[in-house]
Amino acid sequence: MTTLVFLEHHGGELLSGSLGVLAKAASLGEAHAAVLGSGVSGLAEEAGRFGASKVFVVDDPALEAPLPQPRVDALAQIVREHGVDNLLFAQSVLASDIAAALAARLEAGLNWQLTDLVVEGGELVGKQPALGDSVIVDVGWKQAPRLALFRSGAFDPVETGGQATVEAVTVSFEDFSLAAHMLEQLQEESTGPSIEEAEIIVAGGRGLGGPESFTVIEELAAALGGAVAATRAVVDAGWYPYSTQVGQTGKTVSPKLYVACGISGAIQHKVGMQGSGVIIAINKDPNAPIFEFCDLGVVGDLHSVVPKLTELVKTRRAG
Amino acid sequence: MKIAVCVKQVPEGTKRIDPASKRLDRSGEGALNAYDANAVEEALRLKEGSGDGEVVLVSMGPASALDAIRKALAMGADRSVLVSDDAAAGSDLVATSYVLAAALEREGADLILFGQQAADSDGAVLWAAVADRLRRPLISQLADLSIEGGHVHGKRQTEFGYDVIDAPLPAVVAVSDAINEPRYPSLKGIMGAKKKPQDVVGLGELGLDPARAGQAGSRTAVLALGAPAPRGESRTIEDDGAAAGEIVAYLEEKRLL
Amino acid sequence: MTVRPADYPPPAAEAVGPATDPVDERIEVGVAIVGAGPAGLACAIRFGQLLEESPEVAERLGEVPLAVLDKGKQPGSHLLSGAVMNPRGLRRLFRGLPQAEEFPSFGEVHGEAVYVLSRSNALRIPPPPTMRNHGNVVVSLSQLGRWLGEQAEEVGATILPETAAAKLLVDHGTVRGIRTGDRGRGREGQELGNFEPGSDIVAKVTVLAEGTQGYLTDAAVKQFGLEGRNPQVYALGVKEVWKVAKPLDRVIHTMGWPLRTAARYREFGGSWIYPLGDDMVSLGFVVGLDYRDLELSAHDLLQELKTHKLLRRILDGGERLEWGAKTIPEGGFLSLPRQLHAPGLLICGDGAGMVNVPALKGVHYALESGRLAAEAAFAALQPGETPTRVGALASYDEAVQESFIWKDLEEVRNQRQAFAKGFFVGGALASAMTVTKGKVPGRARATEPDAEQPLLRSGRAEQYPAPDGRVTFDKLSSVFLSGNKTRDDQPNHIRIAEPVPRDVAELWAHMCPAQVYEVGDEVEDGMVTVKLAPSNCVQCGAITAKGGRLTPPEGGSGPEYQRT
Repeated sequence: MTTLVFLEHHGGELLSGSLGVLAKAASLGEAHAAVLGSGVSGLAEEAGRFGASKVFVVDDPALEAPLPQPRVDALAQIVREHGVDNLLFAQSVLASDIAAALAARLEAGLNWQLTDLVVEGGELVGKQPALGDSVIVDVGWKQAPRLALFRSGAFDPVETGGQATVEAVTVSFEDFSLAAHMLEQLQEESTGPSIEEAEIIVAGGRGLGGPESFTVIEELAAALGGAVAATRAVVDAGWYPYSTQVGQTGKTVSPKLYVACGISGAIQHKVGMQGSGVIIAINKDPNAPIFEFCDLGVVGDLHSVVPKLTELVKTRRAG
Repeated sequence: MKIAVCVKQVPEGTKRIDPASKRLDRSGEGALNAYDANAVEEALRLKEGSGDGEVVLVSMGPASALDAIRKALAMGADRSVLVSDDAAAGSDLVATSYVLAAALEREGADLILFGQQAADSDGAVLWAAVADRLRRPLISQLADLSIEGGHVHGKRQTEFGYDVIDAPLPAVVAVSDAINEPRYPSLKGIMGAKKKPQDVVGLGELGLDPARAGQAGSRTAVLALGAPAPRGESRTIEDDGAAAGEIVAYLEEKRLL
Repeated sequence: MTVRPADYPPPAAEAVGPATDPVDERIEVGVAIVGAGPAGLACAIRFGQLLEESPEVAERLGEVPLAVLDKGKQPGSHLLSGAVMNPRGLRRLFRGLPQAEEFPSFGEVHGEAVYVLSRSNALRIPPPPTMRNHGNVVVSLSQLGRWLGEQAEEVGATILPETAAAKLLVDHGTVRGIRTGDRGRGREGQELGNFEPGSDIVAKVTVLAEGTQGYLTDAAVKQFGLEGRNPQVYALGVKEVWKVAKPLDRVIHTMGWPLRTAARYREFGGSWIYPLGDDMVSLGFVVGLDYRDLELSAHDLLQELKTHKLLRRILDGGERLEWGAKTIPEGGFLSLPRQLHAPGLLICGDGAGMVNVPALKGVHYALESGRLAAEAAFAALQPGETPTRVGALASYDEAVQESFIWKDLEEVRNQRQAFAKGFFVGGALASAMTVTKGKVPGRARATEPDAEQPLLRSGRAEQYPAPDGRVTFDKLSSVFLSGNKTRDDQPNHIRIAEPVPRDVAELWAHMCPAQVYEVGDEVEDGMVTVKLAPSNCVQCGAITAKGGRLTPPEGGSGPEYQRT
């Protein structure tokens, strides 16, 4: 069974999400990688170090901009010429577009939002959380090639230090694939990530006691490199802006780390953040519902725990 | 300019999975997918800005989907086409895009709009599959868009920032929910909606092969439902002054620092 | 010092006035019906049936002969009841048509039981004669509402969901229509990007079928001096729908625990448990809002009720699917408005208080009153007549007085009031009244408005069960199951006096099943502010009975009931 992994890159580096998927592929058998872009041959070697036994490189000026459609042509050609069984992607804006278009191009099944891929009864089965992560659906493919999109951060990269054979591929692109052009690329200013994209979120609730206490939250968020979020109760009270509200009537977030300070964990809030990777809760009330669904709960006064935590994080990061 | 907007009806209320079919329980009431409202709104703004044109809604689903479509007509769309056929039930991405592409081809629109995702499948993918079948340029995740000189121009939101992209019409565009605030339908709009043309067509009228639609035409399958893995070991500790240190140790263990 | 919520009234409502839009921007319809519940939709359906046979009248009504407005997302979203319904109302509405039998229902009642509960026991008693349900059917009012909405559309009604009726348009002593509410305002009332102002809907006949605590109904009654003999009084019902492991084979009513029986508490109510087919049950707890204990919480009493062994047996292995709450008008015959019409106006259903409390029935009266309203409106729209002439709609009152609505309500007129003396005395009196068909005791008893009851504190709040998340639940997770996803940055739609005595604030905090009210900070001696979370509100109406006022929030807000 050959598995091909699309390795996305940005700013001259392969993205760790893609390398994580490559590690997963390597654990299932023979793993190949595809690196597509302009002036990217140098990245092929890295792919080998992270588990690929073979890397297909398509180096073409048409692939300079991170646009999906020329990449669909490239991958479709590789799949057809090399009999790929599984084609895996780490979910991203770009990868989602590519994978979906490939599903149509190859008339192949695509399962998305997967957190794992296993072999059960000789068949490949994807694990897909649904309904706000309250249920896991086992999804499958009726035949090869099998396309899969994995949730961001589902797997960690594993450096094997191996070497891959590199195969350069020349692709002829469809006219319609080349019709869209990128005119400008604008980086986001680093005022901190928006809460929907943040990998780390520190959130404050009623337990803060008043709007001035949000500085404690902001300091921890800054130390961790994350964003600040708020519950409906504190937004209603005017302590923090509505754009930071997480919950049923606010935003849904699924960062790698969610630190909930002074938040009781009512379901209206829970449904907005229960998909987070790791949930840490700090609350004075030992009966707060949040202690039932967090990974690490601290019963204590956030005004004493959080500043200490901020100091320790700063020290660890500096050291 | 003719603009086609793909809309979908999704289940309303607290969502549940039906353990028998292992699929989303769609037996309750349906509503217009909230993200599609952004696409409808954008289409209406483009039409109002240019002073003329037509906004057509295209959808695939059971006959009851007409209710959701009616809401989009009430916002101001001109007419709708619903592909409704038993053979299309249970379609995955491959099958759905096959059907929708045919319906859209028939409309021959200059611009095809999609919303950010479907609230019922959390899938943010359909437009790319449709664009490939139609062999048209695709731009997704637009937070801002304009039409000038036969081109669509917009700011595409990615994890890294904004890319400014341009593509010639006819094109397929998916808008993000940041692009606009959808209007409330006016009373006149609601009252006028049912008089607007609402076509319902089956697969046959589109010249489609039923074997390529529905469950038969799908290439993925739902196998089973399970409870999520419990969140690993869950621990609660009391703060006696040392809790901050324990949190840091935990974060390091989880490689989050 | 005894504290009464009525001593701290909310600011006055401004719900009546002339049309303000320029004339060519007003929306003209033939008949405007406020409320897509059983009364409003029955009116629409009957009117549509009559129009089909009468092109001359249809012509007079213009492009939109019949419009039904509802503040919920769709018909049914705000409907909640038990319900065991007498099918008579539907059969008369659809006489000779298949719909008379083909409406959504969970089947006929096959058996029933009435229990008097104590904490650890259930004593079965024969059902009082008014509570016998042979021939009646179990329905979900929300589902029925949705179905009735479809039937109304089939006969040409235009349903306008997500549309709140904010003002009754009156000029020169005549009702001209209604003004709809604005949409897209922020918390301070400012216009947001998608602000859509309300519209004046001008109609030849306006039918108010708003249900309990009708906002415009209340304004109309005051405007035209239509008050009944007694003020209206209310009960609050909190309901849950459960999936169950074993089918329930009978309709159950309970009385007694967890309500207190001593007369000084004035706790009148009970619970129901109805089978919804083989795999679901509807259960709920109702208590009169003339209670005095400021710690009484109907939601928590429902949770407590579920810990009784009778309920445990039924719910064991089950799963809670939905939750909701709504008030019920309980004043009966003596609280009906003295007249149900005014020039250009008709009033139907629960909005008029057409509920038979001892029999726990109201849906078939709502349907029948809607049907009769349609016939009166139709008669007043014949060539040569006009509905704005004083008395043109009097035939509606005449028809209601000849109908089973009047006959039934008059017969049971004093039963509810008898319970003011406490459960045991009341129970005996109620039986006596039923047996003599209302003649004993002879004179009418006064009822005070619920907000005039003085408050006392019992300490019972400590006994409410802590939610266990399997059988008993807290208010916030319950609000979640009502489907409520109301936008948080809307203007506040609750009107209360502020500051109020602490006792009143606590009363409201316990009373509200959706946790809208919280005791705030003390501002002066014993007086506190009240913190509000209006987006939790499921629009049950309890606040209006107990000293404040619920006004219609933005259309589309509130619960999205599916099976209540």
